[in-house]
Amino acid sequence: MSYCRKDGKDTIIFVTKEDHDVPSSIQLPEPERPAGIILPDGSINWNCPCLGGMATGPCGIEFREAFSCFHYSKADPKGSDCLDSFSSMQECMKKYPTLYASHSKDLEDGKYLDEEDEELEKEENNFHKDVLKNQQQK
Amino acid sequence: MLKVRYSEVHVIEYSQSLAVIGSKHEEICLFFEPDDFYIAIKDLENERKGGVAVARGWTVTKIDARNKKVILEDGTEIEYDKCLLATGNQSKNTLTFETSSLEIGNKILLFRNIDDFQKLYKIINDGAKSLVIIGNNLLGSELAYALSKNKVKVTQIFSDEGNLWKILPKYLSLWTTENIRSQGVEIISNVDIQTASLSTDKKHIELTVNTKNANNENINTILADYIILVDDSVSNTALADTSNLEIDQNLGGFVVNDELLVHSDLYAAGDCISYYDPLLGRRRFQHHDHAINSGRLAGENMTGAQKSYLHQPMFWSEIGPHIVFEAIGMVDSSLPTVAVYALSNNEADNKNKIESDKTDVNTENKKQHSNIGVTLLKEGEDYTKGVIFYLRNNLIVGILLWNVFNRTTLARQVLKEQKQFQDLNEVAKLFNIHSE
Repeated sequence: MSYCRKDGKDTIIFVTKEDHDVPSSIQLPEPERPAGIILPDGSINWNCPCLGGMATGPCGIEFREAFSCFHYSKADPKGSDCLDSFSSMQECMKKYPTLYASHSKDLEDGKYLDEEDEELEKEENNFHKDVLKNQQQK
Repeated sequence: MLKVRYSEVHVIEYSQSLAVIGSKHEEICLFFEPDDFYIAIKDLENERKGGVAVARGWTVTKIDARNKKVILEDGTEIEYDKCLLATGNQSKNTLTFETSSLEIGNKILLFRNIDDFQKLYKIINDGAKSLVIIGNNLLGSELAYALSKNKVKVTQIFSDEGNLWKILPKYLSLWTTENIRSQGVEIISNVDIQTASLSTDKKHIELTVNTKNANNENINTILADYIILVDDSVSNTALADTSNLEIDQNLGGFVVNDELLVHSDLYAAGDCISYYDPLLGRRRFQHHDHAINSGRLAGENMTGAQKSYLHQPMFWSEIGPHIVFEAIGMVDSSLPTVAVYALSNNEADNKNKIESDKTDVNTENKKQHSNIGVTLLKEGEDYTKGVIFYLRNNLIVGILLWNVFNRTTLARQVLKEQKQFQDLNEVAKLFNIHSE
């Protein structure tokens, strides 16, 4: 059985597992879901931690251009109109192996993403496939 | 290998390089970004894409906020469109020396940054046998525990009654002290340090300490190879004087609003700010998570975002196997607290009556045992794991997650409610303190 006592201004409560098995009478509002890679208005969330800092740094601009191009691409197959921006991104990344080596490895593995974010995973994996295809073409 | 855990990051020194072990035990770069992230200053103006360059080895003496200029020690002026102050904290020396000889200075280490860590590493490698740590903040307590695992006799000295006195409620602070003692650290609490001097053989440093509140003045001498000062740090806000910027008279730090703005186009972030938290009011927070998030937000606002700093920063600490906690909000031991701890079934069997107010435990007993928090514990009770609510005007303003993990999102949700809960035990239920 749970019990409680005071130590000056501080209250100390000990509770058993059984006491706490009874559901709480308090209901909190649903937590705000952290913003994913795509914001509700359909734009890209460059602050998404899932991008692993790719959107900043010396190749941030190239990454954003390539990623935006892919995201908004209406071509079939998607992103096939983005070869130029893909290759500029690749060129830039080659200059910074210490920054992007792990990224290249992840590209090969076909993932570097927060797996919880399915939307991103889909978008990014397609993006990576296209980057890889582009690499192979070169 | 010396393994020192301190202040949000665990630093491990390998032969040459340093690495940081994050809260999920992942190894991360010690630096926020590796060197290659930055471009050379000379390339900055011509780089089409812009970039980040770092000028190292300069001291800024003044910010001319009105004319948007930064003035360096040699008089060089740098104009800016937007400027961010992120001057951080530094350790302060609170020790009074009997002599000001250089030799004694060599035996005292002000501990705060990586350089200090490396000096300490060398001290231990060179065979130091006894270290005295002076200070009672997170860093001091974490360091005391960690160093005691390195075949060094460690004594932690502070003027409070128990460890982490400014954070933990009294009984838990005293419990924590007993726990750290049981891990092999000698803790001398409740004392003032009178003097520090070199021993007659000049090999040791000698401290005289005076036990506080004793009927008889009780002066003791402690000998150690080195003293490590880990006292509370002070913010680097000297620029405020030369630049006519406002400092918070009560809390210290550059005064910024909820958008982290000091003055038009001048922002500040991290340890050195007193900021307006729209949820909890004006406050400070001097930990890693706040540095990251306030810095990021300041950067966004410097590029036009106009966002309020709404992130509730957290800090965490690990002091041995029984004391691991995460904290959100105002975790200040001067506030009243309500703590809910898990009682295991066996403990519950020993205990079936409701305990009432125990504050009237006879004062004689209190005198005999400085560790009231421990002696008050009944058989089977322990502060093994639980959740502690810090209250201001009956609203929860801080939450400490004591040996329970992965609940910071929930803690942030509870804080955000800012309503008066009738029964905090019901709130505690949300935290599932009995589960892993």
